Amino acid sequence: MTNLPAMPIDTSKQGTTYDAAEFEVEAARISQYADAVHEENPVHRDAEAAKAAGFKDVVAPPMFVVVYSAPAMGPAIWDAIGDMLPRMVHGGQEFVWAEPVCAGDTITTQATLAEVYEKDGKGFFVFESVSKNQDGDEVVRATWTNIVRGV
Amino acid sequence: MQTGDSIPEVKITPDAGLTKRYAEASGDPNPIHVDEEFAKNVGLPGCILHGLYSMAQVARANTAAAGGDPRSLKRLAVQFRGMGFPEQEITVTGTVKEERKGRIVVDTVAEQNGNGIIRNAEAELEPV
Repeated sequence: MTNLPAMPIDTSKQGTTYDAAEFEVEAARISQYADAVHEENPVHRDAEAAKAAGFKDVVAPPMFVVVYSAPAMGPAIWDAIGDMLPRMVHGGQEFVWAEPVCAGDTITTQATLAEVYEKDGKGFFVFESVSKNQDGDEVVRATWTNIVRGV
Repeated sequence: MQTGDSIPEVKITPDAGLTKRYAEASGDPNPIHVDEEFAKNVGLPGCILHGLYSMAQVARANTAAAGGDPRSLKRLAVQFRGMGFPEQEITVTGTVKEERKGRIVVDTVAEQNGNGIIRNAEAELEPV
């Protein structure tokens, strides 16, 4: 790694809850995502196969959470990390899944900046998010740990 | 799946265009994954894989081990370690650690050329 000039982290936003953001799930986005991560199960592409497996429509692979969470997580990360984004790496990630997500669902995600701290010259930004479907059922709960180098 | 059993290994070599396709599919605009020059300017050896793409390979291996139904993956927690690169084979391996509250807990690792890119990954499975 190149030596980067030290840049203090801003901890003032710890505890911020960001505006919830919606994502309308389309079958085409699910199959595009499934292609990109090599998920071959036809339930991610074919509505009939999905229905035969007990889903109401084409179902998302679990990790599609990154797609429907993006409208909430993008602005939250930008607000908390901003100019330091080029120094950001992803440190850790946890997802706890509940209801499956299918084409036709509208998913609402709300993010909180749970914790900001500095350790060993790195800044840690820990976000928590909860996503629910249009019926109010939880689909995923997530913890996103982002690390900023050179603080 | 019994404690101590290995899950079936998953091997995948992301091609040179993968990071661009993943960036479009996931909506992650970070140029360190798709712009070689930008990546080098921020001190990286070149474009790196998205950590969440590598995590998706860990998710895929665990879902497949549970029989392939996407509902069977209940929880996945990972730590990203080291960088993953396009055009190098990723190997995902896992071992059943225990049964916890009716769920099968699998410790999983993703490696490239012997370097761990995902470590301490813990999956909880409930085969459908």
